[in-house]
This record gives sequence, C-alpha cells and structure tokens, in this order.
Amino acid sequence: MEKKDHIISILVYNKPDVLARIAGTLGGKGYNIDSLCVNTTTQKDISKIVMTTSGSQATVTRIENQLQRLVDVISVDDLTNVESLHREMVLVRLNRTAQNTEAVKDAIDANKWKVILSGDTFVIIEITGDKTQIDFALARLEPFGMADITRTGLVALKLED
Amino acid sequence: MKLKGTQVLLEVLKEEKVEIIFGYPGGAVLDIYDELYKSDFRHILVRHEQGAVHAADGYARATGKVGVCLVTSGPGATNTVTGIATANMDSIPLVVFTGQVPTGLIGNDAFQECDITGITRPCTKHNFLVRTIEELAATIKEAFHIARSGRPGPVLVDLPKNIMAAQIDYDPAAVRIRNHEAVYKPAPKKMANVLEMLARAQKPLIMTGGGVILGRAAEELTRLARRYRIPVTGTLMGLGSFPASDSLWLGMLGMHGTYYANMAVSTCDLLLAVGVRFDDRVTGTIDTFAANAKIVHIDIDPSSINKNVTVDLPIIGDTKAALADLLRFLEEHHYEPESAARRDWLAEIDEWREKAPLTYCQNGEIIKPQFVIQTLSNLTGGDALITTEVGQNQMWTAQFFGFDRPNSFITSGGLGTMGFGLPAAIGVKSAFPDRQVVDIAGDGSIQMNIQELATAAQYNIAVKVVLLNNGYLGMVRQWQELFYEKRYSHTDMTYAPDFVKLAEAFGVAGLRATKPGEVEDVLRQGLAMDKPVLMDFRVSREECVYPMVHPGESISQMALGTREMIN
Repeated sequence: MEKKDHIISILVYNKPDVLARIAGTLGGKGYNIDSLCVNTTTQKDISKIVMTTSGSQATVTRIENQLQRLVDVISVDDLTNVESLHREMVLVRLNRTAQNTEAVKDAIDANKWKVILSGDTFVIIEITGDKTQIDFALARLEPFGMADITRTGLVALKLED
Repeated sequence: MKLKGTQVLLEVLKEEKVEIIFGYPGGAVLDIYDELYKSDFRHILVRHEQGAVHAADGYARATGKVGVCLVTSGPGATNTVTGIATANMDSIPLVVFTGQVPTGLIGNDAFQECDITGITRPCTKHNFLVRTIEELAATIKEAFHIARSGRPGPVLVDLPKNIMAAQIDYDPAAVRIRNHEAVYKPAPKKMANVLEMLARAQKPLIMTGGGVILGRAAEELTRLARRYRIPVTGTLMGLGSFPASDSLWLGMLGMHGTYYANMAVSTCDLLLAVGVRFDDRVTGTIDTFAANAKIVHIDIDPSSINKNVTVDLPIIGDTKAALADLLRFLEEHHYEPESAARRDWLAEIDEWREKAPLTYCQNGEIIKPQFVIQTLSNLTGGDALITTEVGQNQMWTAQFFGFDRPNSFITSGGLGTMGFGLPAAIGVKSAFPDRQVVDIAGDGSIQMNIQELATAAQYNIAVKVVLLNNGYLGMVRQWQELFYEKRYSHTDMTYAPDFVKLAEAFGVAGLRATKPGEVEDVLRQGLAMDKPVLMDFRVSREECVYPMVHPGESISQMALGTREMIN
C-alpha cells in the first residue's frame, strides 16, 4: 500500500500526561511521529495537537483508532485529504563576519526574510511558510553557514468544518 | 459534611457498591488502613500484591462487577503491574488504588516512591494521580465509570499520603464526571447487509469471543445460533458464551482448538465474529484464515476492526445491543435458512468431528491430565467456576471441561500469566461462597503465587486446587520436544516441594492421586471438603496438548497427535 505523509489534528482535554499518553500509545505500537505541535485552543481546558506521521491509509486509520481509545482524546481528524492550510516556522541564527556582511544583507533583502534581531556578530531570521517554502529558504541559507536553527512542527487549520 | 480524604475514599467506594477490597498495607496507605479498621468494609489480606490484583480480576470476571484492590506505594505498586497488564489484555474492569508519597515529595526519589502512573500508562485503560483533595471524589467516581464503560479495563488511582489526610466538605450530589459510555446506534443498513450475506451463505459460522461475555450477550448469541441453526466456535475468552453441551458447539478454534472447529472456519463462507480481536493464537497464518468467507465483525472497540484480519462488514457497538438489533431485524424480515443447505453443512462438520474428535488415551497405571479434567467436569456437572493457570493445564481445561454458562471459565487469555489461577480462584470464591470454585493448575504455575494458600486458609475461602503435576514446565517442554529436538532446556521442575505437605503447612488440606483408579475418589473427597484443598495429581510427564497448529501454519493444517495417543 502507498505510503504518504499524513497530518492528524487531535483535540484533547488539557490534562496532565496527555501528551505522554499520546506519544506512548504511538511509540508502544511502533508508529512514528515526524513532527508535533501542541497548544491550547479558545477553550482553556482543551488543547489541540497537530502531528505528522507517514504510512499507508490503513496504518493511519489504525493510529487514529488507537488515539480515539484514549480517555482524554476528544476527536481525531485526518487533515490530509481535506482542504486545510499548513504553516511551519523556523528561527535561524547566522554568524556575521566582515567577509559575509554584505552578502547576508543582500540575501535578506532579495528574499524578504524577516530579521527579528541582529547584533555585531549575528543575525536572527524568522521564516514562516509551508514545508516546501521552509525547505527552500533553508537551502538558500545553507551557503552562509547557519550557526543554529529551531524549526517548529507543522500547524494546520481546516478551511471549513 | 467535613471528611478526611480517607473517609471520602470509603464513602465513594460505598456509593459504587464495592463489596470486597483485596489489598496489602504499607507506609503510604497507613491512613487508609486506619479508616478501614474503623469501618465494616470486607478486606481480604493477600500475601503478595500481584495476588490482590488477580483476586480482584477473578472477582470481576465471575461477577461482571468492578474488582477493587488497594496497595501501598513503591514496590507495593510495582508488584501490581503484572496483574494490571493481565486485566488490560482481557478487558477486565478493575480499579487499583496505590498509595503515593506526599505530593511535596513526588519527584524527589523519596522512600518507596515510584512513578506508578508512568509505569502503568501502557497497561491501564486510564490512570490518575490525585493532586488535590478537591478532585479526589470525582476522580474515584470517574475511575469506576471508565473501568466499566465501553470496552472495560483496569484503571489505576494513585493516592498521595497528604491528600488522604487532608479534609474537605464532601457533598456527593456535587460530584460531576464526564460520560464515557459508548452509545450503540442501530444500523438498519448494516443489518440488511448481514441478512443479505446470511441469505446467500451456504456455510455460515459464528465465532464468539470474550466481548460476548463482557457485554452480557451470551443469551442473544445463543438465540441467534439456535434460531437459525448456525454452528458456533469460540475463542479461549469466549468459552461459556455458548453452551458446550449444545450440538451446534464446535469447541475452541485456533492453535489448540478442535480439528472440526478449525476446518469449519477454513471452509465456511460466512463468518460472524462477535466480540473477538483475532489474536494470532486464534488465526494461525492470517492470509489463510477464513479464506473462503465473508467476515462480519461485531465489536465495541473500533481499534479491533481490521487490526489483524481485514473484514467485509464491521459493526461497531456493544455486542448485546448489536445482536439484539440483528435478531429483531432477521425476525422482521422473516429470514429462514435454506434447510437442505444447512443440513449438508452440519453434516460436513459432523464428518470432521468423527474423523478427529478431541481425545486422549487413559490406559496403564499413569494418570492422564485430560482424564482428571474430564472426571472433574463430569463430577461437577459442568457447574463449577473454573480458573486456570497458564500452559498445558489451561489448554486441556479449554478442551475437556464443558462450559455451559458465561463467566464460569476464568483464565488469563491475552497476557498468559502464570500464577493467575490460585489468587483468581480466591477472588471468585469470595464472591460466590456457595459455588464450587476450582483452580486447574500446573506444578510450574502454582509455585508462582502459592503463597496465596495462606490467604485461602486465613479466611477459609474453600477453593480447590487441582494440580496436574508432571514435573515440567509442560507447554514449554512440549515446544522443545516438537521444535527443539527434545533439548529440555531448564524446563525440568522435578525439584519441587511435596505439595501435600506444603498445603498442610499452610493450613490447607492436601490430597494425592498417583494412579488412574484414585482420581475420582480424590476429586470427590476434595470437592466435598468445606475448606481449601490442594489435590496433587501425579500425571503423565510428557503428555502433549493435541491437536495443535504449528506456529506459522494455517489453522487447517493441524497436527493431530500420534496414533497411539488417539487409540
């Protein structure tokens, strides 16, 4: 069966251990979590978890069923085949040297990257976009030597219910 | 009313109609035990925390109610893990209370501290650490509700010592919990599908599992089978959900199932699988399992559907409601099986039944273990409540004891826990003091929780242990014989205590039979005693459980055993 990436959106009660339960259930059954994002929703006792995983449709259905069994899980939604918007964010710290200052500045201007902090020796850039856009930006940044990056998991939102 | 945490606990247990607590005290639960001392709760002091969980589990399986245990923190809590995992695999409703160090010390590696909610997360249905006195009552109530609702399972509640000592104004009417009940939605479309499949089928077969017993659906299942003359096979967990004395009963299927049940599954063209999860011991190789059949799968847990076996028609819901729905639908639409086709199908099954019946050979001067079980089945008229240990004793019981009623066969199916049978029998007998309760044991398994003989003796819980003593870890030895060229690596248990003397040392009666002629007398004598008894049957050492599907084979390919054995 065809393996592909799936985006799963999970609503949970904001209880202690809920993330450990979800991670443990998937890990214990041999499923992999590729990326993960968690935060509260408009209701403070309910959190939303967006995770990406890969596998055949049958595997992903099994994952959904396993998650659905957990007492603190309210709903599980596979966003892969519905219209939804996807974003990731990455923070990149570039080292600034006498040699590359000009080139960095040019690249930032040309790509309209958002500089959120800069100092004498570094510049920190924030990039948001879908996975392809982020991968593309990181490839462009590669030649400048990235000192450090932090990339979030993917967040996704359905266009309609 | 102003109550201490310990008093809230006992109040809620009363509200939940808890009859017995199986437990073992310790530092972190001293306050709770002090409260128990002042109350009239029935508490049974086991000799090991694992025994407490198995006893509560046996109680739950026999009564259908939630079993309750209470243990201390740290090692008391970790000792419950095997029992909890056992209950979890077989979906048995339990609430396990563990003591915990005071909340201020959690995380400090305090004396007898352990993260028991972390440890049991993968083997409970759910668990809780109570962090404040305010959430105590609702948490306990929710624990009971979760344990018994939907697909049941064990729930652990961790109780820090300071919460138990804290005070609160307790108002039972103010306690609110979430609802976890699975609601069955009638499915007329699916019922129409089943009707169509039944009408088209020439060779339908029902496969009944533990979900039928847990869902109290044995009556509906039996009515379905009898009304439409559909033969029935069952998983280990399903034994008792259809009467073994009925001619439509084919016995258990799977690795040590009957030849005719396995042939029927392999040949049938419609399989109605109810409350099962298609365990690998049942299916053999998946691609040949029921290869000629359309499969209808009724189960309360969506995660069981298409997990191991891909099915044609899943019906998700409580087995009792779903079967009642089906019966009503078939009646309303005047379904009648085509009688000639049904007669041919039952005749085909009878031919397999005659070709390879369940059998063994009791000759000579050595007791055959199957003979002991069959004699016990005859003497008790199939009316006893039976627990088993795990291994050959368990498989022979499944094969040779005829179970006519649900909740009468109590065994660790999924996890296969040695040492389960004796404490489970104590739990069963505590609930049904007037029924005959027998643990069919092996000499390996019985030694894993034999300390519980002291519990039985202390409270005069008159369980009967039928020990099939062959001086081996018999099932492992059987595999070594068949697949490891008889290299009996560490399975010889000849070095063992004198079980009769050991029983007597515990204050339990001990009896022994060494010859076939003594079996019935010893059983009669043991069953008649109004106290716990251990009966030591010295049985044939290298008897194997047959028939058998070798691992990795299709269930239609059964090893039937040797000629000498069958004759």
